[in-house]
Amino acid sequence: MHQSSDTRGPSRRGVMGAAAGLAAGSAARVAAQPAVSGAESGGHVAMRLQINGHDHDLNVDVRTSLLDALREHLDLTGSKKGCDQGQCGACTVLIDDQRELSCLTLAIAAQGRRITTIEGLAGADGALHPMQQAFIDNDAFQCGYCTPGQILSAVACVAEGHATTDADIQEHMSGNLCRCGAYPKIVLAIKQARGQMGRG
Amino acid sequence: MRPFTYERAGDLSEASRLGANTGQGQTDAPVQFLAGGTTLVDLMKLDVLRPTRVVDISPLGADLAGVALTSRGLHLGALATMSKVAEHPDVRRAYPAIAESLSLAASDQLRNMASLGGNVLQRTRCPYYRDPSWEACNKRRPGSGCTAIQGYNHNHAVLGVDENCIAQYPGDLGVVLAAFDAEVELSGPSGARLLAFTSLHRPADGEPHLETNLRPGEVITGFNVPAGAWTRRSLYLKVRDRSSYEFALASAAVGLDMDGETVRQARIGLGGVAYRPWRSPEAEAVLVGKPLDEATAKAATDAAFAGAVTHGGNDFKPELGRRTLVRALLQAQSLPVSEAS
Repeated sequence: MHQSSDTRGPSRRGVMGAAAGLAAGSAARVAAQPAVSGAESGGHVAMRLQINGHDHDLNVDVRTSLLDALREHLDLTGSKKGCDQGQCGACTVLIDDQRELSCLTLAIAAQGRRITTIEGLAGADGALHPMQQAFIDNDAFQCGYCTPGQILSAVACVAEGHATTDADIQEHMSGNLCRCGAYPKIVLAIKQARGQMGRG
Repeated sequence: MRPFTYERAGDLSEASRLGANTGQGQTDAPVQFLAGGTTLVDLMKLDVLRPTRVVDISPLGADLAGVALTSRGLHLGALATMSKVAEHPDVRRAYPAIAESLSLAASDQLRNMASLGGNVLQRTRCPYYRDPSWEACNKRRPGSGCTAIQGYNHNHAVLGVDENCIAQYPGDLGVVLAAFDAEVELSGPSGARLLAFTSLHRPADGEPHLETNLRPGEVITGFNVPAGAWTRRSLYLKVRDRSSYEFALASAAVGLDMDGETVRQARIGLGGVAYRPWRSPEAEAVLVGKPLDEATAKAATDAAFAGAVTHGGNDFKPELGRRTLVRALLQAQSLPVSEAS
């Protein structure tokens, strides 16, 4: 396992994030968690997140959602912000192999948990995950905005054993909205990939 | 979202100490417990809940996430996730209404996150409560009035409402727990205590900003659902605007203990139509000792909705609620369950 710090040069996202942090400005204190014990630095707290097999050390506003930590601080922009209210599923990531919503997860509360984003799904050799390939093969998207969340949710749906029938897939993928209406092809993609994935 | 201090509670006494100002669920309580976060983080983003301190109690899940079935009943740890309990084979077999209420709620992602304790405390989806740009909301700002009574009230409650608040309790599990005589286990600054589930949520009573009878610093640690002949012949029927991932317009939790065609005992809860998790002893009383058929089921549902009050947009609800309960009763009657055990 690697360890890296968030030490990239300035980017548009980074500059905007810093400005937002300054604007926030008020103090927040964090205690009782080893990684952040006693931290008090203008609302910013130190935290370590384990993402796609790498540890990332961050110093961000305590209010930062996991989704914003990924997108605005780690340049992992595959996870999408749709509603930011837990209603659309575009921000779905795997946490300890379960699908969860990164927009309703406080980044600081995700410490010590194993986070997988769409960027971490392909194999080490760059080979696409069977579910990624199946979405391409079946043309299971139009605009593509919901697709990373759909794919991660679909991976979990198969691993949970909830992809046995079309109705089963439809029920257990209902937390991922697609405003282009690619649902029938998403079902086809999942049926293609389910036979190529090992359980769990 | 407003700034807050984040702290993690390693054990129950620490949780109660750090959570000494959690209040009774009012929006201005300065301290909030965080478990799955699916309600709290959402309402903090919307600026409805404004805690200055967030106490993360997820470490308590190491001890408080179990599911245990004994001869006395079912015990559910408060930090168990909705998905874990929904899929648990003992719950599905012996308390199917509980498993169904969970699997028909929210989405897979949310069920993986949300704890049972947080789920039963889920706040109303009233759009005027969830949007602070509306000045008047007695639940959010005591004494400010109610916008929903004269406003958009398609999915507002018709039972247990008053002239101050017609918010709908949106949860599903709570409806089954109310019907099945569940108890809530609490741990707080002055020790542990048990509370009837039907006493957890306060009636509107002119004080809709007070949500629960929890004392400051109290944490829900678990639920006891007693054994009963009705738990196996039970189901949860949910009717909604779309067929998945939606809150109930009307729902019914039904448990029946049958002697042939005759109802020995009934347990009836109603969701989507009430201000808080709703049990209907009136409907249960109508059924006891009678043969269950469409006529007696209808008589029971008339009793259940006798006190319904509507406000225009939700005028359809009493009838939808009655039909939902009739169907739930007849479906529960035809479940392939042996009464012998």
